[in-house]
Amino acid sequence: MRFVLPLAVFLGLCVFLALGLGGNPQEVPSPFIGKPVPAFSLEDLDSPDNRVSTADYAGKPYVINVWGSWCPACYDEHPMLLDYAAQGDLPIIGLNWKDTRPDALRWLERLGDPYVANAFDPVGDAGINLGVYGAPESFLISADGIVLYKHVGPLTPDVWQEHFLGRIKP
Amino acid sequence: MIPELGHVALILCLMLALAQMVFGFAGAATRRTAWMAVVKPAAIGQMVFATVSFATLVIAFLNDDFTVSYVASNSNTELPTLYKVAAVWGAHEGSLLLWVLVQSGWTCAVALGSGRLPQVFSSRVIATLGFVSVGFLLFILLTSNPFWRLMPAAFEGRDLNPLLQDPGLAIHPPLLYLGYVGFSVAFAFAIAAMLSGDVNAQWARWTRPWTTAAWLFLTVGIALGSWWAYYELGWGGWWFWDAVENASFMPWLVGTALIHSLAVTDTRGLFKSWTLLLSILAFSLSLLGTFLVRSGVLVSVHAFASDPERGFFILLFLGVVVCSALLLYAFRAGRFTEQGKFDLISRETALLVNNVLLVSAAFVVLFGTLYPLINEALALPKVSVGEPWFNAYFVPLALVLMLFLGVGMHTVWRVSNASSIIRRVRWLALASVIGAIALPLLLFAHSKVMVVLGTAAALWVLLSSLSEFWVRRRRQAGVKMPRAMLGMLLAHIGVALTVAGVTYVSAYSDERDVALKVGESYALGSYTFILESVEQVEGPNYSAQEAVITLQNHGKTLARLTPQKRLYRVQKSPMTESDIHARLHRDVYVAIGEDLGGGSYSFRLQVKPMVRFIWLGALIMALGGLLALTDRRYYRERRTADAPEKASVAG
Repeated sequence: MRFVLPLAVFLGLCVFLALGLGGNPQEVPSPFIGKPVPAFSLEDLDSPDNRVSTADYAGKPYVINVWGSWCPACYDEHPMLLDYAAQGDLPIIGLNWKDTRPDALRWLERLGDPYVANAFDPVGDAGINLGVYGAPESFLISADGIVLYKHVGPLTPDVWQEHFLGRIKP
Repeated sequence: MIPELGHVALILCLMLALAQMVFGFAGAATRRTAWMAVVKPAAIGQMVFATVSFATLVIAFLNDDFTVSYVASNSNTELPTLYKVAAVWGAHEGSLLLWVLVQSGWTCAVALGSGRLPQVFSSRVIATLGFVSVGFLLFILLTSNPFWRLMPAAFEGRDLNPLLQDPGLAIHPPLLYLGYVGFSVAFAFAIAAMLSGDVNAQWARWTRPWTTAAWLFLTVGIALGSWWAYYELGWGGWWFWDAVENASFMPWLVGTALIHSLAVTDTRGLFKSWTLLLSILAFSLSLLGTFLVRSGVLVSVHAFASDPERGFFILLFLGVVVCSALLLYAFRAGRFTEQGKFDLISRETALLVNNVLLVSAAFVVLFGTLYPLINEALALPKVSVGEPWFNAYFVPLALVLMLFLGVGMHTVWRVSNASSIIRRVRWLALASVIGAIALPLLLFAHSKVMVVLGTAAALWVLLSSLSEFWVRRRRQAGVKMPRAMLGMLLAHIGVALTVAGVTYVSAYSDERDVALKVGESYALGSYTFILESVEQVEGPNYSAQEAVITLQNHGKTLARLTPQKRLYRVQKSPMTESDIHARLHRDVYVAIGEDLGGGSYSFRLQVKPMVRFIWLGALIMALGGLLALTDRRYYRERRTADAPEKASVAG
């Protein structure tokens, strides 16, 4: 009987692999899409005494961008975020994820700061609630606090136009 | 005309692989000598035609033949010649052709080197390899043909991905494939043994050199990939736990376990069903890695060439190969009962623990890599799997593995005397602990728990290997130590060096992102970086901003570093080309970032102690493998091997 076990495990694995083929991992159907964004209230990256919370941004659509100074892909994404922030269509809230405060602040100082505010999530709790499994990830939140879209990996101009701006400007 | 020849050669390869498979299996089943005689010439023919096919693609690249779609997508007239050749395997179609070439090479080597194997057995081995070849040839011909023409022809090619325009990466895929595909030989040996129902020490001895050879290529391939990521991605990171890296690391871990398990089966005739399973797993994980990389089911920093249709084909192929192997295993493995006994304190136990740890580590990596898939399928959103996750699970396993690795070398087969082991290791253990506490403080003036543990592990393995060497020298004075033994000790010394490198570079790296104007300087530890100038320079197919930085240590000038920020003209993609002042004990690493305006540029400055030990250790491991490979013992059975003996060879 124990010699059948490897086969059983492998067959189980195949099911997941086959399911994985169906979807494009860049547009993961997050279980949160269409549901209210899991609320968080975290320390402000710039000043630990202030708090950044999802409640403060309700009423207008906004973007949550998950990043960390340790993440190479975030570095690639950064210039584009600066562009989008300059265009001013959507405010971008940073979720500084599994990072240290000095590293994150140095990064923003050197590369520029596209964020209206940065929530500091050193342990990754808020990230877990959002279902983040890597950085960068970006979430589009509607004016009434519903997750409209989730993108895994660096934002590209196409994705930004089509899935972010496209969803808030009919 | 030439590309069509390549296409035809590839189809002929498929026919020969089919012949190899059908006549090999059917001939062995019916004991028809004439049928079995087909496999060897078929394997050689397959090698010849795979070479022809590969050569035609190389010619198409060298001639800038942009009527071939694959060439037009991955080359350019301005591309340097070396990279035109490397571009052959720079994308999906060509790298599959490389896989086919490597597969036919291994098959041919087995066919030519199988003279001492019983014919029924060798036919089954080569037939199994033919089966694998058929899968890959169908894959390439049906979904990924590199010879398709482009009508009308492109005027100029789209150029090779700039990330891949690097000598390190030019040879990285061939080495990695030699490793991946090499495990198909151990796989084929396992299938043949299960079909014949006879797994014995002789079988393990035949399998050992092939496995070691595949393992050593994979070791060098992974090290090279890590080194490339270190200097080419511009971040100074040497391992990212990225899906593609993990895809190569899993077969390595299981392959390492297999090498050790084969040693037990060879010398003691034990662990047979376990060794068989590992032989299947090592190659299955190689195939799984290919699936993950090619199908696009996972996002990766390397993400290249992905397509769901191709993914479906590989999954189907993976399913057929692995399921049939495991099905055979489920039916046959129960037969291979063990005869020998061993005590709790023995080399067998040590190797068993080592195997369990290595396979557990491989499963940790597998789980972490596939977690995003499982997560999405089951909608379980509660764990984030990234670098911290892998480190949290992998590092403890690795440390325990080091402990048992050292202990294992002091044990002997069958039964070891606990008190004599303790007598031998107590001074080594004491020295490791004292060294682990003292060394970091002496070198860096401060220390951490992880540094002490890492240093202790490295010293423990290093001292154990060296002491084993001296003890054996003394005990058997005048007798030449077997090369397999020397190779084992050398490989373990390599492990110690890699562990030391990982520990120190993780704990004591110093890095700063700074903004500098020309004429300004920045001090990091005892090093001073002076920005002398930033100028525009032109390369063959890129233009770059090149910074000139004078590096000083304690005020003494060491070097002139010239990191570049390149813009490749065709693909319009920016690339960071770092510059490194490398010494064995530390690297000073400089990368230039953005132009911040006002004459100011961002730089990433890093001092990375002992980072070279990571790759040096890997090379020494591979060298150990090479030394073991030359051990005469593996090739001596020529005269007696016709009838595989049942009795296990006592160690």
